[in-house]
Amino acid sequence: MTAFILRRLGGLVFVIFGVSLLTFFLAQLVPADPVAAALGSNARDAQIEAYRLQLGLDQPVAVQYGIYMSRLVRGDLGNSIRTRRAVIDDLRDYLPATIELTMAAMIVTILLGIPLGIIAALNRNTWIDAGARILALIGGAMPIFYVGLVLLGVFYRQLQWLPGPGRLDSTVPPPAHITGLYTVDALLTGNWPVLANASAHLVLPAITLGLFSTAVLLRMTRSSMLEMLGQDYVRTAKAKGLSERLVIGRHVFKNALPPILTIIGILFGSLLSGAVLTETIFNWPGIGRYATTSVTTLDYPAVMGVALVAAVIYPLVNTLVDIGYSVIDPRVRAN
Amino acid sequence: MLRRFAKEKTAVFGLAVIVFFALVAVFAPLLTPYDPLAQDIPNGLAPPSAEHWLGTDKLGRDIFSRMLYGARISLGAGLGVVLMAGLVGTSVGIVAGYVGGWLDEALMRITDIFFAFPSLILAMAIAGALGPSLQNALIAVSVVTWPVYARLIRGQVIVLRDREFVQAARAVGVGHTQILFRHLFPNTLSPLLVQASFEMGTVILAVAGLSFIGFGAQPPIPEWGVMISEGRNYITTHWWLTFFPAMAMLFAVAGFNLVGDGLRDVLDPRLRR
Repeated sequence: MTAFILRRLGGLVFVIFGVSLLTFFLAQLVPADPVAAALGSNARDAQIEAYRLQLGLDQPVAVQYGIYMSRLVRGDLGNSIRTRRAVIDDLRDYLPATIELTMAAMIVTILLGIPLGIIAALNRNTWIDAGARILALIGGAMPIFYVGLVLLGVFYRQLQWLPGPGRLDSTVPPPAHITGLYTVDALLTGNWPVLANASAHLVLPAITLGLFSTAVLLRMTRSSMLEMLGQDYVRTAKAKGLSERLVIGRHVFKNALPPILTIIGILFGSLLSGAVLTETIFNWPGIGRYATTSVTTLDYPAVMGVALVAAVIYPLVNTLVDIGYSVIDPRVRAN
Repeated sequence: MLRRFAKEKTAVFGLAVIVFFALVAVFAPLLTPYDPLAQDIPNGLAPPSAEHWLGTDKLGRDIFSRMLYGARISLGAGLGVVLMAGLVGTSVGIVAGYVGGWLDEALMRITDIFFAFPSLILAMAIAGALGPSLQNALIAVSVVTWPVYARLIRGQVIVLRDREFVQAARAVGVGHTQILFRHLFPNTLSPLLVQASFEMGTVILAVAGLSFIGFGAQPPIPEWGVMISEGRNYITTHWWLTFFPAMAMLFAVAGFNLVGDGLRDVLDPRLRR
């Protein structure tokens, strides 16, 4: 088990190194001069030259990468040209909003995808199954930015059932900072009005973001359940008189679970991608919107920071899923 | 094989949808009643009518005409990216799988790096660095998607390379290049076709997403993502601006996904669900 975990973590270190190389290379592609952009149009030549020396931009590219890496291992992602703050501080502010949103979307995905998938499998080739499959087809093919705009237009502007963009109403102060996740912080401090407001603000973006992954999880759960329902041990369990509920819950679902878990890990990546669009529509102050604004203003230290953090989170989650998976299913360790 | 595909009703429906969009894309100039870029501001935001079947946008441009030209861009973009990424990914996958050893290890670790990024964040960073345009968005999405093909084809080649027909070819002195292209590549075509079909849908959505946030096609290009972005402030008051391009995208992507499902069932019955 330890060897398995070490092997996975070793792979992760290599990926992070590769990711840093790729983001560094990307920043080299940017046509704009980062120094001129950072100092503004009024900067004198001497100032520009001094700043260039300070950043090590007069050095060969390989040396620059060395400088970048030596800063990186100390947790220094450089300074944002736009916000003029350390990128790591910016990310510390924006990341909790994205984590809260992706977690909420994941809850939507699991609460809808798994039960609908099970129901569809148990009612194979009926109208219920057909309905679930059509839902999965639409969820997988619908542009989520349109879904977000429609939900916002209908439930916020027209019906006024749910609050609009942002994490809280402008009149509601954020809760005391513990994790940065407003719902969690409000819960921990017993701040019920903020908890209610923050939760209400999460509903529409979480549904928007979770739609695609719900569709994928529904399909996966359905097919995994169908595969298990046809197995001999299910027939044996039924033959020895176990109730339908026990057969489905204890035998079929438990065995159908490993591929479902894997897909949940993989879906995390699509949620992080989708967060870029969802955060733009819902004015959600997360790393997706931070990335969009940074790319627009060619603020490449910030872009590199976001890309690096996102590219570390995703394999990290998948490594954790794999480790969890190997705990559930010993055959994985053997492979 | 065709007969088996014809039995898959949903796949045939998907194929019909794709053929419809393909015809619309090819014959767009003949089918459109108006120039997709022609403005008629006094007639802006007009609802669907006999004159303008799907209404007009805020600049009075005919939405029906823009949508048909949009099919051209979206399908063309999908095809371009799938070909570009497919070519690079397949080449890498065949070499990695056939040569094996350290080269395989190195190439697969490179794909790991690309898989680590949430695709849209990497695509956005690339498109932003190259400068926002449709062409650069296509390059960005290709860079993000080639590893999918590389992994898939490598897996296929590893299974195939020790089969008797490859050993026989080797035994009679057939060269590596010929084995790769004459014997291995044709046998990877089925899974490649299935993957390409699914990827068409993914790419159409990704390019539209990039255009929506400003890193893909730029206005006034009648791209579906651009059209939704331009109509975003009118979603409750003038629904037709965004509804029709969104539905076009839904049907096109669903069409490719259904065909992908059908092809997979026909070509690899073990995966039938």
